[in-house]
Amino acid sequence: MRVELDEPKCVASGQCVMAAPDVFDQREDDGVAFLLTEEPTDEQLDSVRESVAICPAAAIRLIES
Amino acid sequence: MGASAAGLSAAETLRREGYEGEITLVGAEPQPPYDRPPLSKQVLAGEWDADRLALRADDHLADLCLDLRLGVTATGLDLATREVALADGSSVGYDALVIATGVRPRRLPGEGAHVLRTLGDALALRERIGPGAHLVVVGAGFLGAEAAAVARGLGAQVTVLEPAPVPLAHAVGAEIGAILAQAHLENGVNLRTGVSVTAVACGGVQLAGGELIGADEVLIAVGSLPNTEWLEDSGLTIDNGVVCDEYCAAAPGVYAAGDVARWHNPLFGTSMRIEHRTNAAEQGMAAARNLLNAGSPKPFAPVPYFWSDQYDMKIQAYGYLRGHEEIAVVEGDLAERRFLAAYRTGDRVAGVLGVGMPPKAIRPWRQAVATQAHWESLGR
Repeated sequence: MRVELDEPKCVASGQCVMAAPDVFDQREDDGVAFLLTEEPTDEQLDSVRESVAICPAAAIRLIES
Repeated sequence: MGASAAGLSAAETLRREGYEGEITLVGAEPQPPYDRPPLSKQVLAGEWDADRLALRADDHLADLCLDLRLGVTATGLDLATREVALADGSSVGYDALVIATGVRPRRLPGEGAHVLRTLGDALALRERIGPGAHLVVVGAGFLGAEAAAVARGLGAQVTVLEPAPVPLAHAVGAEIGAILAQAHLENGVNLRTGVSVTAVACGGVQLAGGELIGADEVLIAVGSLPNTEWLEDSGLTIDNGVVCDEYCAAAPGVYAAGDVARWHNPLFGTSMRIEHRTNAAEQGMAAARNLLNAGSPKPFAPVPYFWSDQYDMKIQAYGYLRGHEEIAVVEGDLAERRFLAAYRTGDRVAGVLGVGMPPKAIRPWRQAVATQAHWESLGR
């Protein structure tokens, strides 16, 4: 499993950070999200799927391999 | 019913939660689910093409195994037989229904004006605004303000007509509304407040006093109406939206989500209908989960969130700002348009609005809203 973040699409809402704080964080200057890990653990998958679902910019993708 | 953010979110959540039965997703527009906030921003500015708006990649959508029916509107609902009638003459039976038919723009009498709700609307307006064109925007709400900002960026001459004395005062308060309006003035927008437009006329718009304002293009941005006409004879309660309880349920087995839903938000103790992008996704999820767990539903008690991009301003707000009784600037400086303002309703922190503030500054305030913090406890 791999997470992809389409950074130019990000609107800095921080929804992903609230849903999966150990996978996403936000840049201090403009709030744009960044990944803390590209390969979440099995325990983190549910929260990443939640992030995919609530991201208001549809900027997150989970590539299930 | 409804294949935009809320409807898609509901369908996707049903699958994530393990539902393996049939899901029919019906949408009025011909495109697969796409995202609307960029329409008044990157799409209008010509920075993004339409294909960047897809809410889900084709393969992901295919994995959901939906019976996706696009370009079809609903015309009626029969709660007794559990059937939705469609405009093409067919009908869809259901065991459970999620109503997510959204809103449509309010219009004014007269022909030839633009509205901005669909991809087609955005592309049509984009073609017509550029250097030299004079765009008149009727309504200085967030949508009108974003479109005005983009049009100025494209070199158009822009006039904004707003009936209220201060734009957005009802939403964010007069003081903050005035600060946001100032950005438009400084960017060369001709903003006229306290003027009421009665109709779109040949070559412009007609004001209540009879004055004609000339325009090459007119954008009407005066709010929206929930798409509930198809439910009028259904027996559901319709009152500026589909009326739901705190579980997003409108009737047994019937739920509503997104812009069309008016539900009781227990966090604020009031009924609300929220036209925000984040609410569509969150409420679609909540409705789907309650649909699957009808015996033990969970109240939908979100902290509403919205953002708006205008010029170099990033505006973000959490909470329910309407009806607030007091505003306090808790960080930054209004005049610099970099600040954080907290909103009080009763003795609680009801909301927070930031312009150009880092996430670290806003997040504790969101938490204060979510935990219904006492205004006085914040030591101000």
